[in-house]
Amino acid sequence: MNNVSQLLVGHPVERMEDARFLSGSGLFVDDLERDGMLHAAILRSSIAHADIVSIDTSAALRMPGVHAVITAADIGGEIPVIPLRLAPLPEFEPFRQPVIAADKVRYVGEPIAVVVADSRAIAEDALEAIDVQFEALSAVTGRGATEDALFACADDNVSLRYSAGFGDADAAFANADYVRTERFSVQRHTALPMETRGLLAEWDSSSARLIVTGATKVTFYNRRALAKMLDLGQDDIDLIEIDVGGGFGVRGEFYPEDFLIPFAARKLARPVKWIEDRREHLMAINHSRDVACELSIACRSDGTMLGLRGAVFSDMGAYIRTNGGVVPAKAAQFLPGPYRIPNVSVSVETFMTSKTPVGTYRGPGRFEANFFRERLIDMVALDLGIDVAEIRRKNLITEAELPYPIDGLVPYEGPTSYDTGNYVEVFERALLEIGWRDKCHLQGRLIDGVRHGIGLGCFVESGGAGPKENAALTLERDGSLTIAVGSSVLGQGLETVLGQIAADTLSIPFDRIRVLHGSTTLLDEGFGTYHSRAVVMGGSAVLDAAKKLREKILEQAANHLGRPNSELTIADQHVVAANGASVSLAALATEQVLSADGTFANTTRTYSYGTHAAHVTVDPRTGRVEILDYVAVEDVGRAINPAIVHGQAIGAIVQGLGGVFFDHLVYDEEAQLLNASLADYLVPTASDFPRLRAVTLELRPSLTNPLGAKGAGEGGIVAVAAATANAVAAALTPLGVEIHHLPLTPPRLWRLIKDARDRTPTAA
Amino acid sequence: MTRTVAVHLTVNGAAATISVEPRTTLTDALRNELRLTGTHLGCEHGVCGACTVIVDGAAVRSCLMLAVQAEGRDVRTVESLGDAAHLGPLQLAFRKHHALQCGFCTPGILTTAHALLSEEPDADEDRIRDVISGNLCRCTGYIPIVAAIMEARSAYLGVQAEAAQ
Repeated sequence: MNNVSQLLVGHPVERMEDARFLSGSGLFVDDLERDGMLHAAILRSSIAHADIVSIDTSAALRMPGVHAVITAADIGGEIPVIPLRLAPLPEFEPFRQPVIAADKVRYVGEPIAVVVADSRAIAEDALEAIDVQFEALSAVTGRGATEDALFACADDNVSLRYSAGFGDADAAFANADYVRTERFSVQRHTALPMETRGLLAEWDSSSARLIVTGATKVTFYNRRALAKMLDLGQDDIDLIEIDVGGGFGVRGEFYPEDFLIPFAARKLARPVKWIEDRREHLMAINHSRDVACELSIACRSDGTMLGLRGAVFSDMGAYIRTNGGVVPAKAAQFLPGPYRIPNVSVSVETFMTSKTPVGTYRGPGRFEANFFRERLIDMVALDLGIDVAEIRRKNLITEAELPYPIDGLVPYEGPTSYDTGNYVEVFERALLEIGWRDKCHLQGRLIDGVRHGIGLGCFVESGGAGPKENAALTLERDGSLTIAVGSSVLGQGLETVLGQIAADTLSIPFDRIRVLHGSTTLLDEGFGTYHSRAVVMGGSAVLDAAKKLREKILEQAANHLGRPNSELTIADQHVVAANGASVSLAALATEQVLSADGTFANTTRTYSYGTHAAHVTVDPRTGRVEILDYVAVEDVGRAINPAIVHGQAIGAIVQGLGGVFFDHLVYDEEAQLLNASLADYLVPTASDFPRLRAVTLELRPSLTNPLGAKGAGEGGIVAVAAATANAVAAALTPLGVEIHHLPLTPPRLWRLIKDARDRTPTAA
Repeated sequence: MTRTVAVHLTVNGAAATISVEPRTTLTDALRNELRLTGTHLGCEHGVCGACTVIVDGAAVRSCLMLAVQAEGRDVRTVESLGDAAHLGPLQLAFRKHHALQCGFCTPGILTTAHALLSEEPDADEDRIRDVISGNLCRCTGYIPIVAAIMEARSAYLGVQAEAAQ
């Protein structure tokens, strides 16, 4: 590489995506139009649990402009079921979701029929003309057996149970000075990307080919799944990724519509577009969190942690979708967190209810586990009379102990170890940033009518692994570079980051690079974007391809210039020899195709880690919480673009605060979703959390990949509930209030304060 | 077939005539009839602000306004604020401050901010935050958005000073 000062990696390069988004010229799926295009709308169950007695579509079919009404009867044969993409445990198979309800519905929002019409308005009108007769069954709203089990194979509605662990937790608890058990929970909520889902499916009858636009996240996997369901070859289908308005884990999994819309397009041999509306979105896209935990800890009287026992209970909703049991499995796995706890035993129970199915949302399981554990640690510190910072400092895993194995906490996963890091240094940095020493005397104090609290939350979290990712780089005839990568872009700025990596390796100006991503036309195989893996895997694949392409370019230039490769450099869009002779990249690419494929395979996870600290006030008269200061400190190994990493962190903190204070999918006793609109489902707005900071460190690069990067998209969210709830609890400790359950809405806090006062009338 | 109504309006400075069903929202008319797809739909009931356009100088939720109500009005969309090769001051500030990620809510925030700064180029941080709190963004956490709008104020102050001369 030449002049180091010109390197882009590590710099806050302005994003190549921005100009099109800022000028309104981005291309999202609803922006697409096709000749002869029809519009689909989906009839969804209005009732949570029922047998379908009959479906009469005749009136809808008679409406002018309606082309088809598709029900299970029209699919023919066996109704396809949505596959398990992650950890396909056999126990989950009976609970998989059919792409359309045939004789039973199990949640409000389950697809029953698809109307295809000349316009969306006509299609929606026709939904009202479909007559479905139900025989209602009792709804299942929580854990435990019910009158009408959701699935014949599970009277108790339990879909999976397992136990796992390391060390000897029973012995640790039997011999400990101190033991405490508490029950915690995180409410059901979802990611809520600003763009709802959408698909445009086009069937070419003459070539028997299908093109589906609007796909993302795991397009190659989804193509395999769709090909099987439609009895087509994989090569007969292209899944195209265009601009995507946010993913956060929920978007891009295989949903019922990913079959239904292509099916409709093939049946009618016309382009069919479906755009989810917000009400549908809230009842159809994966919900997440909704985990409860009974957590026990065993300590010495000096606060040394000896053992941890955790029983995780996860409401999976009505079906097990693509993500399988990832949410509860990760909630269990990350219970011990970044602490030296030699004896750990966890158990997981997943149960089915008449609610929308659950999948992953940014920081799946981690957000929950950190909240459970960090809350319990503060309770222990209070009991034992130890400072909450001191008890963490005492138990954090030290750098000398890394790599630190955490094998055996997920029975179907192989051994894994926390890799590199300095957990203590990052922890101390967070204390410094929040001003712990100067502020800890404020804990619980009442000043001007509000009580102050400062809370801490430590985390370690996995990202960036396997199995592999592919990239293909082509030097175009005009000397520009095209990058095709199997990673998906969900709005994080990945195009820019991959462009930076290639620009540095090939010394090609950033504005001469074009990044194509996600679509199945680009490469034979790709793996997608999830688990904070796009930079680690996709970035490393681009780096590999760029190095190979550089060699090819130099090789060919060497023939031209009559000098060995070792004397050649790339600069100013030319290959230049030490003697000053040069040839342009454009000329080289015109002579011969110059391209290279790169790949990066890695099954070893990276573990990023950090500490969050929050300073809040709580008004005991109203239960209102204000965040006075918040800082998230995270070591991401290496930040390819610090502005993008910082932006991800701040955005993630605010999403996390939404999960602490607002986001809540509320169901009634009949399993009706009560707040399926943005007027009722609250998320943070610009005025809620104006004072937040994120500190991104590059202390210990990952050793698993040549970039040294670790997953960076989730560290901002995973400890938010932990730190914030600890701060709120610290503020209310003098009132005898303890926090166990989210969300921390003003009415809930007010009720906790009132109940505590009623118990001890002397507290002020 | 369905009855349609002709609507005459000015969009981004140019006269336009569209023929729409009475129930068509202004968003759908802009997107489908005029192919101005920079205006996005995020909720279709006036909460998220992604569809905000400027009607006679005021920021308006185009999903809550019928196209027929735009008869004779002056409508400006995000496309009027500068194209990709010639970004305007708000757009440049957004890029500099990393005030967008997925870009879906961005057009509505830009139009809201443009309407605000056109009226109140000296709006303070609290005022900006308050006005922008009607637009939902799930990526950025809003902090860089407020910073970008603060920075763009100087360009609007300049415009107001010129107009006063």
